[in-house]
Amino acid sequence: MPVLEVNDLHAEFRLDTGTVRAVNGVSFSVEPGQTLAVVGESGSGKTATALSILRLHPTPPCVYTGGEIVAGGRDLLTLPEREMRQVRGNEIAMIFQDPMTSLNPVKTVGAQIVESLRRHRSLPRGEARARAVEALREVGIAHPEARAGQYPHQLSGGMRQRVMIAMALACRPKLLIADEPTTALDVTVQAQIMELMADLQDRFGMAIVLITHDLGVVAQVADKVLVMYAGRPVEAAGADDLFERPRMPYTRALLESMPRPDVPGGAVLDPIRGAPPNLLDLPSGCAFHPRCGFARPECASTVPALEEKAPGHAAACVLTDDDLPGTSEGRRVSGT
Amino acid sequence: MSGDLTARSGGLTLPRIGDRALWSFVGRRIGHAVLVLFCVATVSFFLVRISGDPVRQMLPPDATAAQETALRAQLGLDQPLLGQYVSYMTGLLHLDLGQSLFFHRPAFDVIAERLPATVTLAAGALVVVLVVAIPAGVVSALRRGTATDTTVMAAVLVGQSAPAFFVGILLILVFAVNLQMLPASGMGGIENLVLPAVTLGLYSIAMVARLLRSSLVDVLGEDYIRTARAKGLTGWRIVTAHGLRNASLPVVTVVGLEIGNLLGGAILTEQVFAWPGVGRLTVEAVTYRDYPLMQATVMFLATVFVVVNLLVDLSYAALDPRVRLS
Repeated sequence: MPVLEVNDLHAEFRLDTGTVRAVNGVSFSVEPGQTLAVVGESGSGKTATALSILRLHPTPPCVYTGGEIVAGGRDLLTLPEREMRQVRGNEIAMIFQDPMTSLNPVKTVGAQIVESLRRHRSLPRGEARARAVEALREVGIAHPEARAGQYPHQLSGGMRQRVMIAMALACRPKLLIADEPTTALDVTVQAQIMELMADLQDRFGMAIVLITHDLGVVAQVADKVLVMYAGRPVEAAGADDLFERPRMPYTRALLESMPRPDVPGGAVLDPIRGAPPNLLDLPSGCAFHPRCGFARPECASTVPALEEKAPGHAAACVLTDDDLPGTSEGRRVSGT
Repeated sequence: MSGDLTARSGGLTLPRIGDRALWSFVGRRIGHAVLVLFCVATVSFFLVRISGDPVRQMLPPDATAAQETALRAQLGLDQPLLGQYVSYMTGLLHLDLGQSLFFHRPAFDVIAERLPATVTLAAGALVVVLVVAIPAGVVSALRRGTATDTTVMAAVLVGQSAPAFFVGILLILVFAVNLQMLPASGMGGIENLVLPAVTLGLYSIAMVARLLRSSLVDVLGEDYIRTARAKGLTGWRIVTAHGLRNASLPVVTVVGLEIGNLLGGAILTEQVFAWPGVGRLTVEAVTYRDYPLMQATVMFLATVFVVVNLLVDLSYAALDPRVRLS
């Protein structure tokens, strides 16, 4: 049984300037111990999707206009706020992009972990503190007793993200949503954090929804990938399959825009033409068609549905496999 | 930095005795304060001397020139200005604020006698400010953009815009004259304190409430508030434990400075309610051209502001662990 199943989720932001359909018909599921990567450019709706799972968007301006988010046999979208709070940080936890701003600057990191434990485990203070120190030890922080008494500004960026992970996993959630967990970190630290998450996943068996725009990271850790563009899911496949044979030109373009120092000539980037669309005024038809090298006249009028092109591999594109010439030979990303 | 989770988790990091950074900070600030007070003493000394002649004021209109000379000599006002200044500053070094011309007693004693009344009034006003401003600021921030927000903020703004002599008299009219619930003036029990404290506090309410509102609105948009929500905390806990603690940082500064204003700025309120405090004493000193007492009240007010500022800075370091005392 999946830990999380999202079906045809719609969320929109009603702003003064217009309505942004930030999440437009997104569906996916995650099995225990599995890692699903949600990828896309800025503004593609990946973070909006992640925040929707825990209903963390401020309402208004956000309105969840349709679909369901099934976890633990219930639809989280219809759950009363009171019960939703029992889910947050307990069954499903989340870590964020910038660990500096995501930790409260005036509380010690230990106190911030204790807070979560006391909320969901009703532990006595002393026991919660001991567990908080243990949680810091689990994420590889040296001298956890001393670190627990420190403030976020006294820790390095990598250590702060470790604290966020310790806090998120303190209550042993079944699912961890990681929203660009390494974007704000140094490259050397990024790898350590991804390794730590993979290691903890092996130990605790939780599922991970990883929001990222870093395809290198996706190649390393993801079992499944969901590609989003302008709020819509445009391709969904197993990770290996997706890198082997992307079936949506946008995914293909994403892969081609990655530096590949290991392939002759791969260091020359092939950027995606144009800019991500204005979400308040989306192009007609397929939102990617103005930037697509394979666009056809009908792309401007019909929105292609996300349909299965091959077993376990869906794409939202009018093109068939025959239309896409020899995809991505040698485009397989290193690091798997 | 050895962190002890048991002692420090979530609480304030109070500056510790023996903390060298703290004491060097305090030392520098005290040096700063002495410089400020020196300047205030100098400026006030010369300013009061262009406000009029106390000898003329003290003598009857038909006094002779000889009588005038005698009194001038008695008060030491026949000395050259520079000589007066030197002897005044020398006196200050010995904490001697001079003799009040009107009360014929040391100015220091006169102020000390009036101080309890002023402190009582300021404390009462501070209670009024905090009791009204904190809920008003929090409610406005949580309901921002709604009619509640607009109404609350408009109400506190009216309070700030209305001058103390107007509000004071209005309150006396309603509660003392018409309803006869509270005494109109003078000092006595707690019932005497209510109207002056409300009058004095009204001005500061708006300042504190508006600052708390904007500060809390900013803080509630911070990433760590989203983290707190993602942890499953209740709205109440998020606002109190994560929101207010952070939002209070700028507010503490302003409340501290407002305490200075409440202690030193009660001149109108004390006058309206015949409250026997330092503010009213200041007015009396000016009326009688009592140079030493005028200088003494100015020095007193300046000292209050300087000390309050220092305490605010220290409390800031206690509230925000990121502030390093350097």
